[in-house]
Amino acid sequence: MMLRSLRLLAFAALFLSPALQAAGPQRVVSLGGPITEIVYALGAGERLVGADASSVYPPATDKLPKVGYYRGFSVEGVIGLQPQLVLASDQSGPPTAMAQIQKLGVPVVLLPSDPSLEALEKRIEGVAAALGLAEAGKQQIARLRAEVAQLTRTPHPVRVLLLSAHSGKLQAAGAGSSPDALLRLVGAQNIFTGKGYKPLSAEAAAALQPDVIVTTTQSAAASGGAAGFLAQPGLAVTPAARNGRIVVMDDLLLLGFGPRLPEALRVLQDGLAPRR
Amino acid sequence: MNTLASRSAAPAPRRWRPAPLQIFIALCVLLVVLALCSAASGAVRIPLGHWLALWSAPADPQATFFRNVLLEVRLPRIVFAIVVGAGLAISGAAMQALFRNPLAEPGLIGVSLGGALGAVGAIVLGAHSLLVIAPAAFAGSLVATFAAYRLGSRQPGVANLLLAGVAINAICASVIGVFTYQATDVQLRNLTFWNMGSLAGASWPMLAWLAPWVLGLSALLIRDWRAMNALLLGEREAQHLGFALRRLRHRIVILAALIVGPLVAVAGTISFVGLVIPHLVRLPLGADHRWLLPNTLVAGALALTLADWVARLIVTPAELPIGIVTALVGGPFLLWMLTRRRA
Repeated sequence: MMLRSLRLLAFAALFLSPALQAAGPQRVVSLGGPITEIVYALGAGERLVGADASSVYPPATDKLPKVGYYRGFSVEGVIGLQPQLVLASDQSGPPTAMAQIQKLGVPVVLLPSDPSLEALEKRIEGVAAALGLAEAGKQQIARLRAEVAQLTRTPHPVRVLLLSAHSGKLQAAGAGSSPDALLRLVGAQNIFTGKGYKPLSAEAAAALQPDVIVTTTQSAAASGGAAGFLAQPGLAVTPAARNGRIVVMDDLLLLGFGPRLPEALRVLQDGLAPRR
Repeated sequence: MNTLASRSAAPAPRRWRPAPLQIFIALCVLLVVLALCSAASGAVRIPLGHWLALWSAPADPQATFFRNVLLEVRLPRIVFAIVVGAGLAISGAAMQALFRNPLAEPGLIGVSLGGALGAVGAIVLGAHSLLVIAPAAFAGSLVATFAAYRLGSRQPGVANLLLAGVAINAICASVIGVFTYQATDVQLRNLTFWNMGSLAGASWPMLAWLAPWVLGLSALLIRDWRAMNALLLGEREAQHLGFALRRLRHRIVILAALIVGPLVAVAGTISFVGLVIPHLVRLPLGADHRWLLPNTLVAGALALTLADWVARLIVTPAELPIGIVTALVGGPFLLWMLTRRRA
């Protein structure tokens, strides 16, 4: 639903764009997937002349020239696109590259990257202000707040394990990671107590005895779908596998903490809701 | 050069070899040409024909922009590639002479992994700024080399030094593994910089001390060419010829660590240049270090400039990590040279 409204918004922006042309920079490079998403959500997608490799949503980003991963982007790649503005995650780098871009006279706006509601609002506010769309930004934030508030926060007593499995090795997401923050927002309990993303052995996963396992589309696909994912050694003996309780979410939706936050919360909440 | 013809004649006449000086001059010319080509291409198109106009129209905003891109982004990077390539290659040549083994490279005595360990440790323990990370990398290089050298030179001969280096490298690699395991997702991304190498950190203030440092120390290495030549005959022979081997070993190890340490600190670990370039130079030139060392210096600069050019162009507007390119281009090239020599 959120997706559709976003598309509508983007569509409307296409028609509104002559009006928007009046203010704000028209050639923008975005460094960071969630930031690119915000630019599109604000209806300013057509101003983007380039993005980093982590910008994979919405599908329109496919057509943008990619300047490398935002933590190691190429200065000349960005400069060559002749941007009037660079929107960058505060994790962008290397630092010398950021300094060089500023030295070349291109304004750089740094945006906070932590996975929290406050940081997301600051991100939207910052992007909107830099694009000269402060009003649209305010509306976006108000809508976001309303939608997040709507999502009930009745605590789920379920014990959740956040897992990814690229190249066959299990990784659990702990405190400070984006999926963990989502889990907190819907009031569920993350039973992995580590910090950030940590490798998890099959035995340790079995010992944690999760009721529900949350993973990403790519991880599930790597082991041949949700059923295959649950059949892995270690996971097969958990209550989650016995009851077939697994939530598979789109990678950027689970990891990105962008303007699609309400959608992410909704998917997560639906997946965690007790079965009748 | 034309092997078929020379093979058919029964006692093979001496194959024509270009004089060392000719090779040296050719390499230098090639380096200048390549540097110019590299400077002329990139994501921002600055046609060569406009170069003169850039400096004759100081007020034009477009010219100012081009000038800034050239002076602030591209040129420092090319000079950086030259300095790093030269330093890595000549240290590699010196190491191969010292160990009398063509598989030796600067990393053998722990310089590279020690430096990477210093950097990785600093990042994982919370350092954000290069002002902390680079000195930590340099310190790591020196400590690892020092440890390898002290432990390895308790007995005469380089075999022990070699084994100590292998052990120190293994320890460094495993501690890097521990740090990598501890690292957060964010830190992990920064760690790849040190593992794959990058020339993106180029800036004039850094080059202002790095270039004289590397070239000065390289000159000191070249001064030892006679001793390195004597080593070709064997350690005992070199000693009988009157070279103080212990002091020589001491000097070469220290010089290589002092050259490569800072390079690792600012550019990460760039593989392959230190190992392969001396070989490539030895193939046409022979093993006379008087010419091998200076030629290796220039050839290393040439190779890394070329690799950087490729890295910047191949996936514009993004760029490949330089370490990947050096291995990707250097590996097949070496194989080709080797098979050609055999044929």
